[in-house]
Amino acid sequence: MRATRAVELGTGMFVLLGFAALFFLVTQITNREVGFGDAGYRVTASFDQVGGLKPGAPVSMSGVTVGRVESIGYDFALYQAVVVLRIDGRYDRIPADSDASIFTAGLLGGQYVGIAPGGSETFLKDGDRIEFTQSAIVLENLISKFLFSKAGEQGTAAGTEGTN
Amino acid sequence: MRHVVRELVRGAVDSLVLLGRYARFVARLLAETPRALLRFGLVVEQVYKSGALSLVIIMLSGLFVGMVLGLQGFDLLERFGSEESLGTAAALGLVKELGPVVAALLFAGRAGTALASELGLMRATDQLSAMEMMAVDPVRRVVMPRFLGGVVAMPLLAGIFSMIGIFGAQLVGVQMMGVDSGQFWSQMQGAVERGDVMEGVVKSCVFGVACSAIAVYEGYHSVPTAEGVGRATTRTVVISSVMVLLLDYMLTAVMM
Repeated sequence: MRATRAVELGTGMFVLLGFAALFFLVTQITNREVGFGDAGYRVTASFDQVGGLKPGAPVSMSGVTVGRVESIGYDFALYQAVVVLRIDGRYDRIPADSDASIFTAGLLGGQYVGIAPGGSETFLKDGDRIEFTQSAIVLENLISKFLFSKAGEQGTAAGTEGTN
Repeated sequence: MRHVVRELVRGAVDSLVLLGRYARFVARLLAETPRALLRFGLVVEQVYKSGALSLVIIMLSGLFVGMVLGLQGFDLLERFGSEESLGTAAALGLVKELGPVVAALLFAGRAGTALASELGLMRATDQLSAMEMMAVDPVRRVVMPRFLGGVVAMPLLAGIFSMIGIFGAQLVGVQMMGVDSGQFWSQMQGAVERGDVMEGVVKSCVFGVACSAIAVYEGYHSVPTAEGVGRATTRTVVISSVMVLLLDYMLTAVMM
């Protein structure tokens, strides 16, 4: 049996629909990366504590995603975590004295890097380092600090009671 | 007692023999693939039969699976007050699991049985022997195009299933249940990664090879009687379904 024209047409339409579906799945339901490949520029920032920050996490200014975390490494010269941020080329007017902090989106959300602009007239460019950083807040540390301070208060309270 | 043990051992040896035959058959199919791709017209015809003719059942099932996901997902997520995540839940479930698996099960039922019974009937009516008499290799001329047609059609069918399913979930979640449309899509886009889609594509490719190989093996090696053709069709569905679910677990574990 020869493949007739109608069969070929049906096959063509099926294949087209199939690839359209796969294309839809890849482009429409996944997040489109900001500045794919080598586009944009990279800046680094060192943190004492990056918490649960992951490569691919958004870098945001005032809630607008301006880039992504490219990689996270450890610098033995500083004994700090070094985070490489890839900023989209469109956002090339970030003041050089801006500060970077690690925030958590919502109570259970993922962590992201927030950049708050400084007042400098010079702007960040490829290879620059953000000097002012604020580490991720580790919940366990907060809780232990709180508990220790509570325990300390109770200890002093008990001590004062003893002298009375 | 000794009788039971002997039967068990024989059963185990038999299934190993079957596995060996399958492996040899699949190796032959894969070895023939480059040559068979040259006879493109035959493959196109089989893509039409296995793929295009399965479209209706795939799209209808995808729509209903998506709608059920929308309904169940909404019911579950509403309890946590996070019904905006419905898009994420439906898309991840469809793209990674339900799309490839349900499409493969439907494919085994719709296209696999057709392949097996067609080849089985060719065997029963001595058409395959006739080809051998004319020095035409039936594996090259008849089996390969059918195998490749299924391999090509499966990932496309799974993709269509997932896409229609997401629209089904959107139909129920957004249009009927009132989830915010922007939240539905943006949460989905934020959470689903390209790797998730690729996982589904890899799965459906593997399922396509498995289902097609099982169907053509069972048809080609069927007992040349009316009963044999029936048995071949049944075995195709049973073995394909079990293999799809088994492979799905293994692939999921590997790609996690």
